[in-house]
Amino acid sequence: MGGRCESGMVERDLHVDARADDAPWIREVTSTSASTEQARPRLSALLPIAAIRLRIPAMDWRAAVRASGEALVAAGITTPAYTDQMIATVEQLGPYIVIAPGIALAHARPSEAVLRPGLSWVTLAQPVRFGHKDNDPVTLIVGLAAPDSSSHVQGLATLAELLEDPTRRAALMAANTPRDVLGVITEYERRDVRGVGRG
Amino acid sequence: MKILAVCGMGLGSGLLLRMQAEKALRQLGIDADLEVADIGSARAMAQTADLILTSNELAEQLGKVKPRVVTISNFVDLKEMVEKLRAALVKT
Repeated sequence: MGGRCESGMVERDLHVDARADDAPWIREVTSTSASTEQARPRLSALLPIAAIRLRIPAMDWRAAVRASGEALVAAGITTPAYTDQMIATVEQLGPYIVIAPGIALAHARPSEAVLRPGLSWVTLAQPVRFGHKDNDPVTLIVGLAAPDSSSHVQGLATLAELLEDPTRRAALMAANTPRDVLGVITEYERRDVRGVGRG
Repeated sequence: MKILAVCGMGLGSGLLLRMQAEKALRQLGIDADLEVADIGSARAMAQTADLILTSNELAEQLGKVKPRVVTISNFVDLKEMVEKLRAALVKT
């Protein structure tokens, strides 16, 4: 069993406070534990049907990220400036947003361009390459807009659980309509609430 | 033990890493503090961390840091997280 080194724990709070002035989101991230996640909006509440677009043509990663940004704008989650910020993030930091085989989590920093926390869901007619070593090509772009670092935690956790489950992931990728995508999500959330099981 | 999940902005993939690592550590029966840092503040925060979790891409940008760096390829694959944390943390 672990617990090899405790020295970091003592310094933790001091360190976080020291960072909080120039990086206010860090304090919130570090204070968010699993037990507080229940109060956060669930995935279905963060993903409006207007932000789901299926089999969109995109010729490259920029077009794909742009489509995911446009879906956020269409649902009133962000202003168009956020779309440019998401593209700039990849230009600056590289394709690390491709978090799993075929899946990109497009996002930028909290900014005035974020009107409320929310997600978009865009699948592509043809997969595109982001330049990621392991996870290219990408078929699904999840756009993430967060006004802070905690409001989307529960939604993101559910998203990870759904995408980890091969059956549900396949159902999501095969969905023909935005309603079908939400159907898979809400069905899973109902199971979760009833405690029937986590897939 | 302090584990630092490093991502670009501190709120997307880093949060996912932290959530997956929490589950993995429960499975492994390991107690640890988990924090999230964006790439800009990661080098400073790494000073007090025992382990860093990040992607291959960001590990390259992070460069050389004191703690061991574990890179995750598939952020929604709990098995990968468990195996890599087991290899890094559990003495056999």
